[in-house]
Amino acid sequence: MAALRGNGNSWREAGGDGSAEPALKVEGLRAYYLMAYYGVEREVRAVDDITLTVNKDEIYGLAGESSCGKTTFIKTIARAVRPPLEVLGGTIKYSFLDRNLYDVDEDTLADIRWSHLSCVLQGSMNVLNPVRRVRKSFLDFAYPHMGLSKKDFFKAVNHHLDRLRLSPDVLSAYPHELSGGMRQRVAIALATVCEPEFVIADEPTTALDVVVQRDVLAMILEAQQQFGSSMIFVTHDLTVHANIANRLGIMYAGRLVEEGPTAEVFHEPLHPYTSHLIASLPRIGDLKPKAALPGAPPSLADPPSGCRFHPRCSLAMDICRESHPAMTTVAPGRRIACFAVDPTAKAAGDIPVAQIASEADAAARLGQ
Amino acid sequence: MSELLVADHVTRIFSMGGLFSRGTFRAVDDVSFSLDSDKPEIFAIIGESGSGKTTLARIILNTLAPSQGAIRFRGKDLAAARGHRERLDFMRQVQPIFQNPFEAFNPLKRVDRYLYASAARFAGARGQEERDAKANEALQKVGLSLEEVKGRFPHELSGGQLQRAAIARALVSSPALIIADEPVSMVDASLRMSIVNLFKSLRDDLKVSIIYITHDLATAYYISDRVMIMRRGKVVEAGDAHVVLANPQHPYTKLLRDSVLSPDDAGTGRLTAESRMAEEEAVG
Repeated sequence: MAALRGNGNSWREAGGDGSAEPALKVEGLRAYYLMAYYGVEREVRAVDDITLTVNKDEIYGLAGESSCGKTTFIKTIARAVRPPLEVLGGTIKYSFLDRNLYDVDEDTLADIRWSHLSCVLQGSMNVLNPVRRVRKSFLDFAYPHMGLSKKDFFKAVNHHLDRLRLSPDVLSAYPHELSGGMRQRVAIALATVCEPEFVIADEPTTALDVVVQRDVLAMILEAQQQFGSSMIFVTHDLTVHANIANRLGIMYAGRLVEEGPTAEVFHEPLHPYTSHLIASLPRIGDLKPKAALPGAPPSLADPPSGCRFHPRCSLAMDICRESHPAMTTVAPGRRIACFAVDPTAKAAGDIPVAQIASEADAAARLGQ
Repeated sequence: MSELLVADHVTRIFSMGGLFSRGTFRAVDDVSFSLDSDKPEIFAIIGESGSGKTTLARIILNTLAPSQGAIRFRGKDLAAARGHRERLDFMRQVQPIFQNPFEAFNPLKRVDRYLYASAARFAGARGQEERDAKANEALQKVGLSLEEVKGRFPHELSGGQLQRAAIARALVSSPALIIADEPVSMVDASLRMSIVNLFKSLRDDLKVSIIYITHDLATAYYISDRVMIMRRGKVVEAGDAHVVLANPQHPYTKLLRDSVLSPDDAGTGRLTAESRMAEEEAVG
């Protein structure tokens, strides 16, 4: 295994230089919850104009607090979109697909899922069927994608569990018989059994306590290195990102506000929100009083005008109240969206939802 | 020196299994500690899930009786306080705060009603005006006001606001001790510090002692005066927070300490598959 990891930690820098091959390219993605109940229309702009690239062999960390649109983003890139959530614009391109994810038919999608694109979710109890043994969950999820006979399939599963240093006994256990950490490990094994090119991890360690969390994270790293998968790792816990992500994107109220290599973002955060989050992290051995960010996260149904962070920002200027800044590249591999920190930032236009919807309709009609 | 709360060799045994395969499980095993009423402090109880932290909290709150040992509050054994008046008096002085504010409040009930009920029950407020005053006073202490909370349902407040409203509810009766069970684990990163700082100011300004139950060593180090580390119901190490957490002696505390991820490790790649193997050996 040491041979796989190469010399030292060179894999960690793999993604940062921009020359690496992209595994996922998201451009201008917009996904809104459009609701109309009893004549009252509401739009919740959960994902608003997000552009990002995840390179091959890297772990892209996506940070942000609850209700900032992280989970909506994940649903969108996994094409697990159900009304009232609607994708209104943008493209999602995976390296294993020649087209936009939303242009392929259901059959292709079924082929992609699990064998090319899989996910690890927060509540492993919800992933594993509670009334069936873990073996059956493996059969349900992975068997149709492997194209093997049952005997060979379980041989492959056992080999896979062995690689991840899990005992094959877990297969004959019911989910409730396993501890929370073990269930999460089984969920990771389940997600990686087909050696997918891309893994989506949504808060996989949030409900776990420190010792188990470290162990599960180490397992995720190990799996990622062994199978060379690219991964998008979502959590609100920045200390987890510090230890696992190659590159880090910070989301605030449905928009990406900062992106860069993890070490650079931690050592020199640029966006005021990021600086605040990093400065307020408690550390053992540090007793300096840490200030809390004033105010509360905005509601996405009625976000503030202009830059969505301006009501809580100490650097807010007039322009921040009027228009929202576009993501601009300020240094190789680093992008931020802030007028105050980056004087070259340009305003990005707010497109009214009616216009986007009509454009989407027009595109759909043209497609037919 | 007078004692506020004393846990005297508290043990709680649960029996488990079926009728024919009866087994016992010691959730809390011979735990002793004491809090001093003259010197308010934040006392952190740290442990993994399943270490008996919450069971201990329930015993301290007198919702669960210990199998052996006793909890004494201001010299009185809680097991002896069975009368309605005595229990009410105890509840007035010891108040809980729970992990998830969205679960602690009934979603169909307005948040202000909790404050009013506490004011009427524990603070002896008669009439709406007096209740308003008591509720407002408690909300001011946590940086909210009655106007912000009045008539609102839990879903209309953010997680941070709601957790602060829960703390305000606990403060209505001017308690001497607050038991906070994982109060920040469900709160967003940007709001976590505001709750943690609030506990500090409760201790310093209002002289309230706080039992802070957590598995987060970093915030425990930041706010607590003393810590107690629990593992499988037993206390493995206790003492001054900054001494214990900076220089742990017991192997389990060392393991906990080493498992804490540090933001300073960004990009160093210290978390590797090798570190995982080392840990498995340590746990055994």
